[in-house]
Amino acid sequence: MDGNEHTKNLFAATDLIHKKLRAQRTVKWIFGSMSVVILIPLVALTSYLIIRAWPSLTWDFITDVPKQGMRSGGIWPALIGTLYTVTFSLLVAVPVGVMAGIYLNEYARESWFTRIVNLAVVNLAGVPSIVHALFGLGAFVVFAGLGKSILSASLTLAIMTLPVIIVSTKEALFAVPVTFRMACWNLGASRWQTIRTIVLPNSIGGILTGIILQVCRAAGETAPIMFTGAVFFKFVKRGDLFPYKPTEQCMALSYHLHTISTQVPGVPESMLYATAVVLLGFVLAFNAIAIVLRTRIRNRKKW
Amino acid sequence: MKPKAGNIEIKNLTIRYGNKIALDDISISIPSTGIFAIIGPANSGKTTLLKSINRTIELEPGVSVKGQIFIDGQNTKRIRDVYGLRRKIGMVFPLPVGLPLSIYDNVAYAPRIAGKHSKRDLDEIVERSLRQAALWDEVKDRLKSLGTMLSGGQQQRLTIARALSHEPEILCLDEFSIAVDPVTTMRIEDVLIELKKKMTIILVTNLVQQARRLGDLTCFLNIGKLVQVDETEKIFSDDPGNQLTYDYVHGVFG
Amino acid sequence: MQQIEKHSLTDKLQDTSSGTRPGPASGVSRGTLGAFLTHIRRIRRVVSERTIVCLIYICGVSAVIFVFGIFFFVFREGAPFLEHGFKAKEFFLSPDWYPTSATNKRYGILAQLVGTGSVTLVAMLVAVPFSLGTGIFIAEFCGKKTREIMKILVELLAAIPSVVWGFIGLMVMNPLIIKLTGAPIGLNVLNAGIIVGLMSVPIIVTIAEDAIRAVPDTYIEAAEALGATRWQLVRKVILPAAKSGLLAAVLLGVGRAVGETMAVLMCTGHSINIPFDAKVPFFHVLESVRTLTATIAAEMGEAPRLEANADGTYPTEALHYQALFVIGIVLFAITFVINITADMIVKGIRRKK
Repeated sequence: MDGNEHTKNLFAATDLIHKKLRAQRTVKWIFGSMSVVILIPLVALTSYLIIRAWPSLTWDFITDVPKQGMRSGGIWPALIGTLYTVTFSLLVAVPVGVMAGIYLNEYARESWFTRIVNLAVVNLAGVPSIVHALFGLGAFVVFAGLGKSILSASLTLAIMTLPVIIVSTKEALFAVPVTFRMACWNLGASRWQTIRTIVLPNSIGGILTGIILQVCRAAGETAPIMFTGAVFFKFVKRGDLFPYKPTEQCMALSYHLHTISTQVPGVPESMLYATAVVLLGFVLAFNAIAIVLRTRIRNRKKW
Repeated sequence: MKPKAGNIEIKNLTIRYGNKIALDDISISIPSTGIFAIIGPANSGKTTLLKSINRTIELEPGVSVKGQIFIDGQNTKRIRDVYGLRRKIGMVFPLPVGLPLSIYDNVAYAPRIAGKHSKRDLDEIVERSLRQAALWDEVKDRLKSLGTMLSGGQQQRLTIARALSHEPEILCLDEFSIAVDPVTTMRIEDVLIELKKKMTIILVTNLVQQARRLGDLTCFLNIGKLVQVDETEKIFSDDPGNQLTYDYVHGVFG
Repeated sequence: MQQIEKHSLTDKLQDTSSGTRPGPASGVSRGTLGAFLTHIRRIRRVVSERTIVCLIYICGVSAVIFVFGIFFFVFREGAPFLEHGFKAKEFFLSPDWYPTSATNKRYGILAQLVGTGSVTLVAMLVAVPFSLGTGIFIAEFCGKKTREIMKILVELLAAIPSVVWGFIGLMVMNPLIIKLTGAPIGLNVLNAGIIVGLMSVPIIVTIAEDAIRAVPDTYIEAAEALGATRWQLVRKVILPAAKSGLLAAVLLGVGRAVGETMAVLMCTGHSINIPFDAKVPFFHVLESVRTLTATIAAEMGEAPRLEANADGTYPTEALHYQALFVIGIVLFAITFVINITADMIVKGIRRKK
């Protein structure tokens, strides 16, 4: 290309522009492949786990109890134990977390105290799970005298999931326009009436999404329940839905996976994989529910 | 004329947002008859004045309020049931806010909050309020559809209907015509003329001509200070008795 | 929130309104019983509202209580060790950790500190470039559809439990590393680093994407109006503007990596070892280590909690349990500082915006 052509065609691409665009394409390609590299493990590993687990993945595996020192049989007691701890922890974490979220978004005013509360939430979210475990051990097992039990484990999990529930509630409430609140206040509604009639109904989807995500987290965590309530093995009848009392220790899926893969020699590999797949499936399924829920809410906005 | 409920007496009202003075030592007496129009350029404290009447001003952060407001001789600061006070005063803001509820529930909101739950009463209130706001004919067949899906003009009338649902003694409108087309504006103005027989109406407007059309008394605020309160005709006459007022209503500034 | 005593006033207000003008009467006119019931209902409503608002306030401060609670209870259990067995110099600078030795108990966590540090370092070497690249890609280079899908995948990646990651390290990475590098054991810094790196990806991607998207549109429009390509825009405008947000993202990733427990417990090989020496290349990723978190997780089960003797001293066997809690305090302090710093950076950005 020479100068003559430039004057003829003012908007033709120059070498410089070609170079720029080439750089742009290269960079886009690099970043794109980086993303793919990061996300490959998700797909590849999940498929790999499922393939390896396939021989053991039967209905029997889920409903049967471990046999021969966990070397055969199923995972029923662990599955039920996980359900127990997760349910109990939600019973505590949801009301407290949602109300704390309401406090922070609706009642708290800009002040040093509110800043401290917010800082505490951020910190609580960042505390390592093993420190939560130590706290659970020190506070619930020892100090409160609950011993190693489902209660202690659930309370520990509850405190661990609390900050995320608080933050997601806060964000869901924040998404409701202030003008609605103003309108209600002007109609003579108190803060709580406004929250109950307008704010909560319009943010419940977001709050639920946050809660469901915490179900996954609570189900997958191992460290916090290790010394607060999870037990290596507990005899349970096959298919029994209520095998544990809240004051007893229980088995848990995540802890079970840890023990059979590191401490029990001679467990068939496919059983290990199957346990991992059940846990992963449980968690990913709940996540998928949360994602679907969120997408539907976003599409069905009322304003 | 026999005294109606809903006269307002504002005494030495000073309101600050932090260090900024929004209203500076305002004293106005608003009689319970007719439409009281408030005009003034932007930032003159008109909206603040309305908010201080139903005490929603207290909900804003960093506000300090000095002075008193008496409604029917009662000091609003002393009223402990602030929610009851707010129910007595209907508020309509510049931008229409349809609550994300059905049209019916929008209008029935305030009565329900106040503890009325009988279906018959509510039906009656909804119909009356919507009729008063000149919206009934347009929405009577779809009371169950979402209030937020109405057009802007309809939503503004819905807001007015909602403000009327608890039978206020005072109705405050803050530049209601900003987000509304001229035809709807005229309809709402007709509604107001009808309503002024029943209640005190305070009309904040940035359209001086609207104040002239509707106001019985007109008050002119400028940068938080009260400039003049007088008969509307006087304010809009060639000699309102105040140069600033004259300049404003004749478009010299503002 | 102060409406208990004023139904009388509400009544008065309603009375005046129904008295002065026609309209549907309030509950008052419907017989005494009706009025009584309405009254009861109102009192109940007011009381229950008060209770709820009270609960909301209590729950609101719960987060503060719990943070202090965590510190308090972990400290409470660890305190006797601080009093009796703790020597700061030995604790932080000695790699000798023999808490159960019968004759010569030693409590030095240098090896674990280095272990945590080296795993975190490798994890960040893996995670940071890829996460920032992904963050930039999601925020600036892909279409809306792709973005949605990518974000969902990132979220799913975040959902995988750490014990499953540990399992993957144990069963998949372990043989792979042995085969590829010829190392005698595949449970080492490299293995744990890659696993923990993958685990920290989601949080870094999410925060980085937020930071990039928080760059004011006006900057971007101005640059686009000058004819910049997307890449020039990213390099010259967006990255400098989002710098501190990206730093916060990396910090939170570090926090995540430091606090990770189960995966490192299963993947590091769990041997007390400092993976540095004088031989090239100085830092040996193929050596096994042990981290702070894994130490607590592995040993707490065997460390007995013993009560104090009558004279207030503790049997030496009790010190192990208490020392583990002191490690917990160290971890708490590290993550506390990281989180506060990251939070201040993020808040700083928001304020500027």
